[in-house]
Amino acid sequence: MFRLIGQRLVLGLLTLMAASLLIFASTEILPGDLASAILQNSATPENLAEMRRELGLDRPAPVRYAEWLNGAAHGDLGHSLASHRDVVEEIAPRLRNTLLLAAYAAIIAIPLAIGLGLFAAMRPGSSFDRSANIVILMAISVPEYFLGYLLIKYLAVELGWFPSLANVTPDMPFVDRAYLTFLPTVNLVLVVVAQMMRMTRASVLSIMASPYIEMAFLKGLPKWRIVARHAFPNALAPIINVIALNLAYLVVGVVVVEAVFVYPGLGQLMVDAVSKHDVPMVQACGLIFASAFILLNMIADVMAIMSNPRLRHPR
Amino acid sequence: MSELDDLKRQYANGRLSRRDFMGRAAALGVGAALLSSMVPDLAMAADAPRKGGVLRLGMGGGSTTDSLDPRTYDESVALACGFALFNTLIENGPDNKPIPSLAESWEAKPGAAEWIFTLRKGVTFSNGKAFTADDAIYSLNLHRGASKSGASAQMKSVTDIKKLDDNKIQVTLASGDADFPYIFTDYHMHMVPDGFTDFSKPIGTGAFELVSFDPGVRIVFKRTREFWKTGRGHLDGLEITVINDSSARLNALISGQVDAINRLDPKAIATVKKSSKLEVVQAPGGWFPIISMFIDAEPYSNVDVRQALRYGLNREAVLKTMFAGYGTLGNDHPIPKGDPYHNPNLPQIAYDPDKAKFHFKKAGLSNPTILLSASDAAFGGAVDMATLFQANAAKADIKIDVRKEPADGFFTNVWLKKPFVTSYWGGRPSATQMLSVAFKSDAPWNETHWKRPDFDKLLSDAKSELDEAKRKDYIWTMQKMLHDEGAAIIPVFRDWLDAHSSKVGGLTPHSGFDMDNGLVAEKIWLKA
Repeated sequence: MFRLIGQRLVLGLLTLMAASLLIFASTEILPGDLASAILQNSATPENLAEMRRELGLDRPAPVRYAEWLNGAAHGDLGHSLASHRDVVEEIAPRLRNTLLLAAYAAIIAIPLAIGLGLFAAMRPGSSFDRSANIVILMAISVPEYFLGYLLIKYLAVELGWFPSLANVTPDMPFVDRAYLTFLPTVNLVLVVVAQMMRMTRASVLSIMASPYIEMAFLKGLPKWRIVARHAFPNALAPIINVIALNLAYLVVGVVVVEAVFVYPGLGQLMVDAVSKHDVPMVQACGLIFASAFILLNMIADVMAIMSNPRLRHPR
Repeated sequence: MSELDDLKRQYANGRLSRRDFMGRAAALGVGAALLSSMVPDLAMAADAPRKGGVLRLGMGGGSTTDSLDPRTYDESVALACGFALFNTLIENGPDNKPIPSLAESWEAKPGAAEWIFTLRKGVTFSNGKAFTADDAIYSLNLHRGASKSGASAQMKSVTDIKKLDDNKIQVTLASGDADFPYIFTDYHMHMVPDGFTDFSKPIGTGAFELVSFDPGVRIVFKRTREFWKTGRGHLDGLEITVINDSSARLNALISGQVDAINRLDPKAIATVKKSSKLEVVQAPGGWFPIISMFIDAEPYSNVDVRQALRYGLNREAVLKTMFAGYGTLGNDHPIPKGDPYHNPNLPQIAYDPDKAKFHFKKAGLSNPTILLSASDAAFGGAVDMATLFQANAAKADIKIDVRKEPADGFFTNVWLKKPFVTSYWGGRPSATQMLSVAFKSDAPWNETHWKRPDFDKLLSDAKSELDEAKRKDYIWTMQKMLHDEGAAIIPVFRDWLDAHSSKVGGLTPHSGFDMDNGLVAEKIWLKA
């Protein structure tokens, strides 16, 4: 098991390296550069050249990448080209915001999805099963920003229960933060709950068809006990994988929700950095997102192994 | 709301003159005695800003990559921050006339190539240092020579800046320019202390000091001392939240999370006007979209092709569909109707497929390629405008191909490089500045390749001429030349649209830019 984790970590590092090279290469391929993105239509050949010289953009791309890689290997992710601020300092509060929002949404969404999924699996085809399916399928079929606007229109503007802006500050008390970020959280929950719930329902149902479950029924065990004790643990592996995917989405894929609720997360930062070609910033955000994916997938694999005695104790 | 209340509000906000107000109110049947009792009362309310309070702005036009270095300013948020922290030598006043700011007076020597600026005494920077000629010279030089500044092109005409004494500087220009003071009203041209470099800890003469700067998210200011301008700088503090999504911005205003917003979506104006708690600030501006052709490239070198394209665009439709009617029609020259030098005698070019067809036939080209490059990098809706143009022109049997260019690097790789392009201009405070920056033969941004010695001659005459009647004549002639033969299609001028809650006063319309030409911080105030 530990060997497996070690292997995964080394592979993960190599993946990160490859990702950083890819990110750098693609920002180079994009037309334009930081100087032209900042000066826009105030650019003349002279002030463009001066800004490029100041930013060091006049040097060849491999040199710039080697320098960045050398810095990163020594724990220095560099400075933002546009604002000259330290990348780590700039990213830290945004990363914290992103993780907090993801955690907030996950704490609500995961138990909700699994609970709904189990209930639905207990009575497949019942009116509860059908209505839960219809509601969550509707929620996932609507674009996420549209859901956001609906939430804002009814809960913020018409009823005034919750604020439409989630403009949190770092020194904000926990309760205020939970209140300010309630609407974006609900929005995210509505987006992620569907897949997890349907996977729970489907994988529990497929186990329910196996002979040993029939045996349990014949033995006269109550249904909730069969589902919770006998079917669910054996259905866990695919559910864990789907949860990991959705968690990764909550970290890396919420830029649209951030924009609608003006939430200062990492997604908006990365979009701004990409549109201005601020390479050190893009690199750092890209590495964080890639690490989130790699780590979550690794944890999911390890947990799937642990949930399965046959894999836990290989012969 | 009744029409009279609406008039009262417009008058109180300075959008109606006293005379207009009296006239229109009388037309509604309000008695004269009642009226005259109403006016001083309103004038009092409008003239008496309240001191104190912390105001929250929700603004579009900010990015994580913003910096407080005035050389890099380009968008609304940076502009507003600049004017909160710093001051320019001259302010572009409410009616688009230069008024004193850190320079208390200025004069040109005959020929308008040498200017003497007298600086205000007794103004100190936020670090306590007095503002003097050395600071002014250092600050102006930031934009000269090898500089990354967005204002470096317009400062090229300056050949020398000299200190005469502690409060006087002399600026020498390569050639006469009667409108030169406008250059010092530009949002890049802020005054900082001599030798100042660390713009992350700004030191300025502005009404506010920086509390925190989280670019693209939130910028907080506080007022720590009495502002040196009388009747300005009312708030104790100001918070700018960057909200680039236009619906989110409007929702924040409606739900009361911010007190004022910029860049109101024209389509949302009806909603805002319905509410008694919200007010719209509408200012006819100099901002315009432009469709420019290279006048020296096939087939645009043919004047009939240019005429055909001119008549082939439905300007009314552009105004209506893209700006919900909030703007004015353009006449293919860059001077808006509100400008004192606007030429009103030129016939308005209108959509006329028959005329377009006629000119296109007359040009006698067999199957020319007309490829219009468009990108929303220029302005949101540029691609829509190009598609609209394509559909309009098709009715005159003119085939335009539209190519959607990538937003990245649009201004480096497409603009000034491709022969038929949509882009925009932010407008300039003076007519001669606008004409020089985009239509002078050797201007770096001469996007239509308009190279006419007679035009250049008129332009330099207009600049050095101090006689108003003659200047007007020159500038009118230049507009006529562009209108008749130019290679730019300027369909509309857009209005600036801000909105605020009725608790807010002092946010007045300005033709220059949104949010009171960026001066929102020192002018706005909160009602009790």
